[in-house]
Amino acid sequence: MRRSAALLIVGALTVTTAACSSSTSNKAGGDSGGKVTISIDCEPPTSRPTQRQQWADDITAFEKLHPNITVKSIDTFPCETPELFTAALRGQTEANVFYTYFTDRQQVLDAGQAADITPYVTAENLPVKDDILPSVWDAMKSDGKIYGIPRTNYSMGMIINRKLFQQAGLSPDQPPQTWSDVEADAKKIAALGHGIAGYGDYSAGNNGGWHFTAEMYAQGGRMVSTDGKKAAFNNAQGLSVLQNLHKLRFTDNVMGSTQLYKWGDLQKQMAAGKLGMYIAAPDDITYLVQSLGAHYEDFGMGPIPGAAGPGVGTLAGGDDYMFNIKDTPAQITAGIQLLSYLWLTEGQGQQYNYARSKASGQAVGLPEPELFRGVTAAKDAQLKAASATMPVQDFAPFVNANVPGVTEPPNAQAIYKVLDTTMASVLTDPNADPHKLLNTAESQVNQVLANAQ
Amino acid sequence: MAVLTASSGTDSSPAKASGRAGALHRSVQRNLTAHGFLIGAVLCFALFSWYPMVREVIISFQKQKAGKTTWVGLHNLNQIVNDPSFWPAWRNTAEFTGLALLLGFGLPFVVAVFMNELRHARGYLRVLVYLPVMLPPVSSLVLFKDLYNPNYGLINRILQLLHLPTSGWLQSPHMAMLAVVIASTWMNMGSATLIYLAALQNVPGDLYEAAELDGAGLLSRIWHVTIPQTRLILSLMLMLQIVATMQVFVEPFVLTNGGQGVDGSTTTVVYLIYQYAFNFSNYGAACALGLLLLLCLAGFSVLYIRLNRRTEA
Repeated sequence: MRRSAALLIVGALTVTTAACSSSTSNKAGGDSGGKVTISIDCEPPTSRPTQRQQWADDITAFEKLHPNITVKSIDTFPCETPELFTAALRGQTEANVFYTYFTDRQQVLDAGQAADITPYVTAENLPVKDDILPSVWDAMKSDGKIYGIPRTNYSMGMIINRKLFQQAGLSPDQPPQTWSDVEADAKKIAALGHGIAGYGDYSAGNNGGWHFTAEMYAQGGRMVSTDGKKAAFNNAQGLSVLQNLHKLRFTDNVMGSTQLYKWGDLQKQMAAGKLGMYIAAPDDITYLVQSLGAHYEDFGMGPIPGAAGPGVGTLAGGDDYMFNIKDTPAQITAGIQLLSYLWLTEGQGQQYNYARSKASGQAVGLPEPELFRGVTAAKDAQLKAASATMPVQDFAPFVNANVPGVTEPPNAQAIYKVLDTTMASVLTDPNADPHKLLNTAESQVNQVLANAQ
Repeated sequence: MAVLTASSGTDSSPAKASGRAGALHRSVQRNLTAHGFLIGAVLCFALFSWYPMVREVIISFQKQKAGKTTWVGLHNLNQIVNDPSFWPAWRNTAEFTGLALLLGFGLPFVVAVFMNELRHARGYLRVLVYLPVMLPPVSSLVLFKDLYNPNYGLINRILQLLHLPTSGWLQSPHMAMLAVVIASTWMNMGSATLIYLAALQNVPGDLYEAAELDGAGLLSRIWHVTIPQTRLILSLMLMLQIVATMQVFVEPFVLTNGGQGVDGSTTTVVYLIYQYAFNFSNYGAACALGLLLLLCLAGFSVLYIRLNRRTEA
């Protein structure tokens, strides 16, 4: 009996080991006899039944249009968790068509997991190819080769709580344009009491460095030199960013005494009506409503503030799909056709079927994505306006300012980590010396950049 | 095994060789069950412990670029040593370990001695002491995060009521690490207390009686009877706690929203490893730092063994 048990355990372990070793194979379901099977991640989770059903409907419709293609959807939520994504790249277990952020491109290339899809990006596979903004295509390229198909993009502005603006006697249709406006508005909002903060910002989880970068761009500065080898923020613009924040925190006392916030913390305050404004991308409003139970009409959006008017630049980014290095040409072609259907065709799919979104109670009208130009952009604006489910005029100050987007710096996360400490100091230490903080951060970022060479 | 040893002579005649083979066969057959179970354990260790360790050593000398892996010698090591966070992370880890030993090593022993002296309600107290260990660590830490909140946290409220100065706790570069240690000690002291209590209950009662007859007070009894009698378990727990506390990650990660804290005051070595691997996608640097930590902990272990041997001798 004991011998049988031992053999059973050994047998089970052998089977498990074999199963583990075969699970990394990604060739399964390639091409056979004209049939193509592709896997794609970022299927909506079961916790969002409406979106999941719409995804299933779109896949069924696509397979009907392309009977030779079978799509295997992989449920991932959120679409990318950095830890899991990095591990998947290392283990080479990505889907045939896998979700990434714009800033992941170098990481995927370094891991040798990105297929060059340049020859397959044709008007036949992707009809809107020429109407996608050149700046968006630039984010998909490396050394002139295309490695991704864009899905959404964003740029950052100032989300305001319209209710609190009204209660404070401010016009919610006129969000702040400059940091002086932010200060004046934040003082009035904080004066409402009940633990309400006028303005909030991040200083943890690398999000502090991320926001420092956005605010630096708004001042007209950059994080690194054009050759990417030296820090470029230790100057008047960087100083201005830190001085503005320090003043709001300690002189005006409009940010509350709790700091070390990261993504998710300010959103909770905003949804609970405890925060007047913070810098974010428009899709934060979707999160406030869908995940935190707030209402679209409670929020508006203005441009990222600058020194003497709206910022001269703002941080821009987005997400896209890349293709597994092991994909066959037929799988890449099928993948591009699928993405075109799901994400990049006006009037249909996950993103542009505004009528369906409205009918199912989803949000229509947010000022993003802004992927297109020309005829496609005009058609998009028209369709969106026809099905809008929210007061789109509340976002007009953001849209009309049209602040140009600037992409994230190279080695962004490592730089953000350094600037997190700077932001944390300036928001927690009343005696913080911005000059000294910038000097320290500059030498540390220079070291980070030197190490990355 | 005994059969194999006995037959390992120099005689190589066919009859002897055949005898050896037979003995080996019989030995294998007799121990098949043991070998079966052993293979399971060895496979598990090999797959999930030894193989990752070997890979870690290999990767720490490699770099991946454009899908190609190249040997880079000590480049990764050089990179991590030149990282501005490197020395602060070791300093913070040492500070956490020191404070955690001061609190987390001493306090459970004191509590165990106290519980051992009790005549009533021992069972209830054991449950109470062990309860925090049963809570998921992240839940406990989220609770502590609220307790430490400078605006509405319970700790500052109590300090205010007592007219004592309040603190920013996690938001203060000087208090953040202490706050992390307090939370960590509360979460983990239950296990250590129960182990000490078990050791204390094995101390023969007549030793205490003899000490009492000699006029020893409580402290004297602890110093002359309890500590010598539990020296082995105390030194083992000390070693285990050093190894565990130097790998601190979850506590600063949750309490200071990502691990750095103000002025990087709660960045620890393992948090830095996590950042290299998952924020910067630099597995080479992550493994190199992991290797350094491994060597450091191995050094502690060797020191522990040597000190233990010397004490025993």
